[in-house]
Amino acid sequence: MPVQWILLIVLAIAVLGYVLGRRRALTLVDGDARRLHSRPTYYGWNVALYAAVPALLVLLVWLFAQPMIIERSIDRYIPEDAVSEGQTRGMLLNEVRKVASTLNGAVAQDVLTRPEALTLTMDDSARMDALKAAGQAVLTKPVILDAAQQYMRSTHTGSIWLSIVTLALALGLAAFAWRRTGPEFRARNVVEQVMRAILIGCSTIAIMTTVGIVLSLVFESINFFRLYPWQDFFFGTEWTPSFGGGSELGMLPLLWGTLYISFIALLFAVPVGLFAAIYMSEYASPRVRSFAKPAIEILAGIPTIVYGLFALVTVGPLLRDWISQPLGLGNSGSSVMTAGLVMGVMLIPFVSSLSDDIINSVPQSLRDGSLGLGSTHSETIRQVVLPAALPGIVGAVLLAASRAIGETMIVVLGAGAMAQISGNPFEAMTTITVKIVGQLTGDNDFASPETLVAFALGLTLFVLTLGLNVFALYIVRKYREQYE
Amino acid sequence: MNDMNIVERNVTTDTFKITARKVQVYYGEKHAIKDVDVDILDKTVTAFIGPSGCGKSTFLRCINRMNDTIDVARVEGEIKLDGENIYDKRVDPVQLRAKVGMVFQKPNPFPKSIYDNVAYGPRIHGLARNRADLDEIVEKSLRGAALWNEVKDRLQEPGTGLSGGQQQRLCIARAVATAPEVLLMDEPCSALDPIATSQVEELIDQLRKEFSVVIVTHSMQQAARVSQKTAFFHLGNLVEYGDTDDIFTNPQDPRTESYISGRIG
Repeated sequence: MPVQWILLIVLAIAVLGYVLGRRRALTLVDGDARRLHSRPTYYGWNVALYAAVPALLVLLVWLFAQPMIIERSIDRYIPEDAVSEGQTRGMLLNEVRKVASTLNGAVAQDVLTRPEALTLTMDDSARMDALKAAGQAVLTKPVILDAAQQYMRSTHTGSIWLSIVTLALALGLAAFAWRRTGPEFRARNVVEQVMRAILIGCSTIAIMTTVGIVLSLVFESINFFRLYPWQDFFFGTEWTPSFGGGSELGMLPLLWGTLYISFIALLFAVPVGLFAAIYMSEYASPRVRSFAKPAIEILAGIPTIVYGLFALVTVGPLLRDWISQPLGLGNSGSSVMTAGLVMGVMLIPFVSSLSDDIINSVPQSLRDGSLGLGSTHSETIRQVVLPAALPGIVGAVLLAASRAIGETMIVVLGAGAMAQISGNPFEAMTTITVKIVGQLTGDNDFASPETLVAFALGLTLFVLTLGLNVFALYIVRKYREQYE
Repeated sequence: MNDMNIVERNVTTDTFKITARKVQVYYGEKHAIKDVDVDILDKTVTAFIGPSGCGKSTFLRCINRMNDTIDVARVEGEIKLDGENIYDKRVDPVQLRAKVGMVFQKPNPFPKSIYDNVAYGPRIHGLARNRADLDEIVEKSLRGAALWNEVKDRLQEPGTGLSGGQQQRLCIARAVATAPEVLLMDEPCSALDPIATSQVEELIDQLRKEFSVVIVTHSMQQAARVSQKTAFFHLGNLVEYGDTDDIFTNPQDPRTESYISGRIG
């Protein structure tokens, strides 16, 4: 039975359980809901949750575990001498899976019946030709074909057992919960506990994912540092990777490019965004505000690749022709300045929208108090509103900074790919993110330092943004103590 | 009512500080204040009483043009401060508010230190020539607000860390430090407990020596305790205005009588 069907049937059992559980509860007290411990819907939910949650959990675990278990048994099934020179067992397993899915496809297209597919041999030229005609040609060694058929058999048995186990579980637990339903039974407590467990589960998924990402970065980075000295990575000023060997993988040029571009972006975005926010929240009439605020926020919805195009096609040539060439600062259309300015535009809505909300949340009573003392509107903003909003504004700026550091597309198209340390903002430079992409794209070997360096770079980037966020929290907390 | 009169009733001066004639206030379509005429004396505490929504706070906010900050509010008529119409085009509301200070219903200390809260107005208006001058103004204002002894050792701590009553007295000190001529108080005790209230009331009586004080209050007892003149507002009209004693013991208008005896409100 396909998984979708199992899913649907389990859900149907749950819905039915809900209706029956609710009805049983009401029947037991002759329709007088006040004699029940919990509201009738809780009895329904109780049965529904008993039916669905364990069955779905089993389904989930089974779907993950089954291929692993079957592959291990198939692995044993393939004899050692079937592995030819230059092949790994993993590649053979891949082939097994491919053949099995071809055969399944043939069965689905009615080229073969299922028993035929399971008894097919390489010598059976009639069937082989039929398969070829149907576009499902099987070209492999007999050993693999055998293994693939074994694979199909196991998968089939597995899925039958899966259907039986999950459906039995759903039905059995639904019946159990239904029988427990009664006026004394504390259905609400049970349901709320289950709901709480689900909520906890969801937040755990988020946390575990982060932990998983960090761990994978850490392990790959450790692999990298086994192959490449860490001093040279952290303090090297040359970035010349070559897959033939003898690469210099110093991250300082990349770090410099990242920080330089982010700095220019923030230099542009923070004043512009902040002033826009002040205008929006303090001066603009409601009509202007209702139009201008969404207009600014549209900027946040533009995909970064589009900003990248804008940098490549418009801003880059403009800066080159009007500023850097006349001043003799460089001939490159891609430059730190191009990427920085365009990234700054991208960050404006981050700064302005958050700051606007924060400035708006400064209580009106503070403004009244200041105005009531005879201070002007601008004095009020500078001396009362902005200091009160400062922690939030700092948070907004640091959030924008972590966006800037992690940005890739604008830099690829705007700043070029030259890893160098230079103070001239009209020269091409590159960032950590761009080089991570560069090292991982293409056909390459995951055991060479040139590839693994991407993970070390990723870890560096992660530590950088994490540090920034921690710093943001620290600032916010420090000022909050002072102000509230 | 008479036993509540702690304050001596003799009004010490007869000069009119503020004279209002035919004042109308509209909030959009709503006619919130109708034809209010009132003369407020210098060095006197004048109380505005009346049921919620009667317009007493609105009228108070006309006196320092705080209604200008509300987009839909429109004021007509004439309010003169020392004979000069404050709604004249030549008058800058910013300068006016330096002369007419305000204390609000909820204590609203700025998120700054106690010292900076009090020094805010003097700094803006350049009232102090040097640091020593400013220190003196701050100390004088805090003493004037009966807060000095409680905060003199922690002037650099945030004003928001004080208790509610202390915060309100800090706001009064802040208003006093700007050296206004009139002090408007919009229900200054409504967020305070009884002890803090009595401290602030005592303070209001002190302030009368230097300023003309106008206080909006919900509590008739408070009006009786602190004020020499009382104005009763009802549905946007000034119903009755006179000496506090007279208003509470011998009201002329039946609406006033109903209100002070608790039948309407």
